[in-house]
Amino acid sequence: MKRTAAALAAVGALALGMGAAQAADPLKVGFVYVGPVGDFGYSYQHDQGRKAVEEKFGDKVKTSFVENVPEGADAERVIRQLAQTGHELIFTTSFGFMNPTIKVAKQFPNVKFEHATGYKRADNVATYAARFYEGRYVAGVIAGKMTKSNVIGYVGSFPIPEVVRGINSFMRGAWSVNPDVKVKIVWVNSWYDPGKEGDAAKALIDQGADIMVQHTDSPAPLQVAENRGIKGFGQASDMIKFAPKAQLSAIVDHWDEYYIDRVQAAMDGTWKAEDTWHGLKEGMVHMAPFTNMPDDVAALAKETEEKIASGDIKIFEGPIYDQAGELRVKEGEVAPDEMLLGMDWYVKGIDAELPK
Amino acid sequence: MDWIVPFILTVITASTPLLLAATGELITEKSGVLNLGVEGMMLIGAIAGFAITASTGSATLGIFAAAIAGMVTALVFAFLTLTLMANQVATGLALTIFGVGISALVGSGFVGFAIEPLPALNIPVISDIPVIGPILFGQDFLVYFSIFMVLASGWFLTRTRAGLILKAVGDSHDSAHAIGYNVIRIRYMATLFGGAMSGLGGAYLSLAYTPMWAENMTAGRGWIALALVVFATWRPGRLLAGAYMFGCISVLQLHAQSAGINVPSQFMSMLPYLATVVVLVIISSDYTKIRLNAPACIGKAFRPAQ
Repeated sequence: MKRTAAALAAVGALALGMGAAQAADPLKVGFVYVGPVGDFGYSYQHDQGRKAVEEKFGDKVKTSFVENVPEGADAERVIRQLAQTGHELIFTTSFGFMNPTIKVAKQFPNVKFEHATGYKRADNVATYAARFYEGRYVAGVIAGKMTKSNVIGYVGSFPIPEVVRGINSFMRGAWSVNPDVKVKIVWVNSWYDPGKEGDAAKALIDQGADIMVQHTDSPAPLQVAENRGIKGFGQASDMIKFAPKAQLSAIVDHWDEYYIDRVQAAMDGTWKAEDTWHGLKEGMVHMAPFTNMPDDVAALAKETEEKIASGDIKIFEGPIYDQAGELRVKEGEVAPDEMLLGMDWYVKGIDAELPK
Repeated sequence: MDWIVPFILTVITASTPLLLAATGELITEKSGVLNLGVEGMMLIGAIAGFAITASTGSATLGIFAAAIAGMVTALVFAFLTLTLMANQVATGLALTIFGVGISALVGSGFVGFAIEPLPALNIPVISDIPVIGPILFGQDFLVYFSIFMVLASGWFLTRTRAGLILKAVGDSHDSAHAIGYNVIRIRYMATLFGGAMSGLGGAYLSLAYTPMWAENMTAGRGWIALALVVFATWRPGRLLAGAYMFGCISVLQLHAQSAGINVPSQFMSMLPYLATVVVLVIISSDYTKIRLNAPACIGKAFRPAQ
């Protein structure tokens, strides 16, 4: 109800602003966020990208955003409203916006759309996403080196391919340096509930974890790690100020260059409806500074990061067996992106059951 | 068994915000006012407490600010429902929506701020006693305050004249009015108390539980607090037990998962509400029990007779 109200209010505000903007001719760029820009996580980082666009292009662009947009009928309304009010380039940043984006795009062939984390494209719909799992491999290497109990706590949001892929990637990283590492996973069924995320972290620590990894959006698990004197990783943003003694590094979403590039392309008329899935190499995923670890571990982490970027390390290179012992990726082959995008199985060795 | 003490500590912290908010709502409801705006008041308390603590560096000021902010929010509710006689259910829901929005607006400047968590009141020597030391003596101020307040509320409702008057107002505002009590004023005070306690419940989240501000960080705990009051059949003793039980359930499922026991976590999240429904069914099956516990005039507007 609240989200609807917020979305409607925002749409109303956009409609009011329409008249004034028609005189000048800056490129109008719209952003649709699933969460609040104040989450200090996913939507926050997209909004940092929007701000980078504003900073780079100044008067030449006019950006607007609608936050807290529910993934459903409201999304379609919000996206259509943006298209109707003269926005020429519209970024829709959540998986659930995929069908509404495609639908609205058909009605506005002259408007360019960009949908994050989806797989449907059209002549005027491009897709993009980041390979966060590459950062998780680096985190796994660090964790494998740093753990003393060989038990790592992992706070998960929902058992969807994105998160499962992250767990698998993290484990492959950890096992590459320490085959004794075990991971305990707690699902909180929420992207954002700081209290519950924190409690999950406490439960994991009580079960012997001495490194905390999370795939939820608040700094709460990291804060718990700081409080209990163990180490952990930040998520989506550099969270060092929440855990100056605990944060080893953080996987940072970094959309700035991508958004700037795409806006530039739209201005130059070179924009194409293509698919972009970038990672450490292109800078769409960053690692926060390696802190609170010995120099040799930091050096190894740096090296791993560089090797992933250069392609020397291929994270999902065969042979890869799943938990049931079935060979999923043959020796010498690399898992194709389609497999990664639909990953719903754990790699062999993960000592947990995937919730169905 | 190493995990027992940390587990109990986690349960206590998970239960405290529920207990604070529910105690306030219990007193409010006992006076015959149903304020469904607990979630909103908690959020406003959470941001007020966090903003003041982050700006001044004083958690004490932050706690006061949270209580006052909760109270001011409750005052808006009281004015609308008691003075202007707006519908309490609708106004309470509106208050929650308002609280979500205004806290996000005020809080937008505080995203990403880090503060020191509320310190534990460690008492030398006795805090170091194994097992009971950290549990009984190693908590922060609001934990003790929440337990004190629920016990004090029980004492107030059964042992003091003011408490009996409050219950009388909740059970039959016409009778209370007829014998000369100012129904509206008493309901104002009970509602304000409820607001202050909800504000503190929110502050516990943003100052102690997860010391940060995040939009919508109560994540439904206000609704659990409301369910808790019904679950406890408006009795402070049961409220205390219920709050710790609800806290225990939510923490237990996380522990079960990390220990490798597969319990559907959605099922566990549902349990507090399921328990509340069961209690509702039980008390509804016995009319006398409702009469004894639920305030008879709850949610009804009071118009003084001519």
